[in-house]
Amino acid sequence: MPDTHFYRYDDYDRTLVAERVDQFRDQVRRRIAGELTEEQFKPLRLTNGLYLQLHAYMLRIAIPYGTLASHQLRKLAEISRKYDRGYGHFTTRQNLQLNWIKLEDAPDALAALAEVDMHAMQTSGNCIRNVTADHFAGAAIDEIEDPRIWCEIVRQWSTLHPEFSFLPRKFKIAITGSPNDRAAVRVHDIGLRLWRNEQGEVGFEVIVGGGLGRTPMIGKTLREFLPRDELLAYLEATLRVYNRYGRRDNLYKARIKILVHEIGAEKMREEVEAEYASIRDSALRLPAETIEAIAEQFAPPVLAERPAISGQVEAERLSNPEFALWLKSNVAPHRVQGHAIVTASLKPAGSPPGDASAAQMDGVADIADAYSQGEIRVSHEQNLIFPHVALDDLPKVYKSLAALGFAEANVGKITDIIACPGLDYCALANARSIPVAQRISTHFAGLAQQHDIGDLKIKISGCINACGHHHVGHIGILGVDKNGVELYQLSLGGDVDFGKTAIGTILGPAVTADKVVEAVDALVATYLDTRSAGERFVDTYRRVGAKPFKERVYAAV
Amino acid sequence: MPLFSEAGLPASFVALSFADWQSRPEWPAVSLSNTDPVEDLAPHVGRLRLIVLNFPKFSDGRAYSQARLLRGRLGYRGELRATGGVLQDQIPFMLRCGFDSFESEQKGFEEALAKARTLFSVVYQPAEDGRVPASRLRLDHTGPAA
Repeated sequence: MPDTHFYRYDDYDRTLVAERVDQFRDQVRRRIAGELTEEQFKPLRLTNGLYLQLHAYMLRIAIPYGTLASHQLRKLAEISRKYDRGYGHFTTRQNLQLNWIKLEDAPDALAALAEVDMHAMQTSGNCIRNVTADHFAGAAIDEIEDPRIWCEIVRQWSTLHPEFSFLPRKFKIAITGSPNDRAAVRVHDIGLRLWRNEQGEVGFEVIVGGGLGRTPMIGKTLREFLPRDELLAYLEATLRVYNRYGRRDNLYKARIKILVHEIGAEKMREEVEAEYASIRDSALRLPAETIEAIAEQFAPPVLAERPAISGQVEAERLSNPEFALWLKSNVAPHRVQGHAIVTASLKPAGSPPGDASAAQMDGVADIADAYSQGEIRVSHEQNLIFPHVALDDLPKVYKSLAALGFAEANVGKITDIIACPGLDYCALANARSIPVAQRISTHFAGLAQQHDIGDLKIKISGCINACGHHHVGHIGILGVDKNGVELYQLSLGGDVDFGKTAIGTILGPAVTADKVVEAVDALVATYLDTRSAGERFVDTYRRVGAKPFKERVYAAV
Repeated sequence: MPLFSEAGLPASFVALSFADWQSRPEWPAVSLSNTDPVEDLAPHVGRLRLIVLNFPKFSDGRAYSQARLLRGRLGYRGELRATGGVLQDQIPFMLRCGFDSFESEQKGFEEALAKARTLFSVVYQPAEDGRVPASRLRLDHTGPAA
């Protein structure tokens, strides 16, 4: 297995994954033989990542903390060619979905994944799901500690956890190690934020009971500061309280956020702290050697400092205006001088957000090998990241990405849309999401115009389950079904930035599919006419309120 | 319902409901619903020989927590029986939480039980079966090398 700058499986990990594949192969055999009913089989396939969608089975592959090595991405491309239709969809939870898997092929696809130390465990079902992290982890300039160390510790603890495999509902954990939260920790079942206290110690703020879905809620801080080595004891205590007392009578009230809401954050804290007090000194306490051994594997690549200004970049910037815009929107500062973090946009105008063909995946893997230490990240905004690029290489990276169609200079802009799969794939959806995203991104395709509009996050969900995170979009778009007609409800003012996390407010009556673009256009025009210098769309909305936006939208549609 | 027991008490050994048992706590066998407070058994666990935990549906996992509290917190050492929605694919989880006896109508359950302890040779977390998690084995350097 090639060397990586993140966790490498040892024989324990490989053995467990291989045994899990064998177990699932037997379960699939029993299902096909009729020994298991669909009801009995469902939780077994779900906890192995296999969903039944509108037209076919879908396999959701875990990409722990969104980190991939190039050889793993090539394997994903190969699996998508061999067992699917040659493309995949990167999701808002840093996973990859293959939409056309056959049941009888699923065990072989999982065995192929295991060849590169990957799996699809716990990407679905009422269990602790794949743990997500800041996609700039290990490279970000503002990072206190690499959150992936802790994601890996949680990944192992939560994998096949015997007590927490039949929870009331799914359970999502996100971890950030930076003050600028890029992991949306306040809208997860548990969000963990590493920070340094006045004594100089690093610990976790533990945030519980956030989430989107039908009842969006901002998580409550149960613990301001948790010593790092007590993390698993605190998680186990929280999960135990949830497993015992979370509601099971109503699917829509079963998430931990409802428990926290119903008993109150104070009572929840009391229950968790009491349980935690009983187990904090158990075998769950992490020995320093264990933490160090895992931390070592995340040791960043050794990058020599280089000049802060690159002559190649400056020359290209002057001669190529698209490249100049791309530098502004798709390139972020790196902790090592002379380097940068590059975001490849999986949102070219008119394309389904987050989709990549097998050839594009191979192309991204090649770029990572040539220019980014062989490493790729998946962001919850459904883009791919090259975490360690030398400034001098940026023109070459741009050119290579342009050849793949992933060089759109639109990261953070109006066409960098998050959308769920919607009614094109999903059995739960009320309305299509992808075509709406495609129409908006086609309408606003002009890069100069997008950069003039500035930072604007549009998030689209095809139903109230909110997989497209519409609640926290600056502009949220929710597909609803009214007497068989797809309508779209607009909301404004949502945000996931730490300290500003907010749920958007519904603007007014839903609009028809053919009017969504006009409505968004009217919102943008209102902003452009009203903004003060330096204000983003969401800032203007917060300053002037919904009224001018509302008037213009409903005059236009 | 067929009983598969590693613990040895006969199926005829009668467990009282928690409410009935409270009025005669000297009785050595009790059956708990998921909402009965396991912590209340603390003073009695030394005398109890059978505790039955209920799975209203196989997808309802509350009894896993009850089992771990009984074994790990209260130190209960008698027979711990799973009843209700008990299917063979749950056996590895149940064994790890401390169950040692099972009522199940599923065909093939006995064969599955015989294999369940060796299905996974690696575990990632401490539980109630005394198995050593991978993280500890790595520290001991006695396990397979990387």
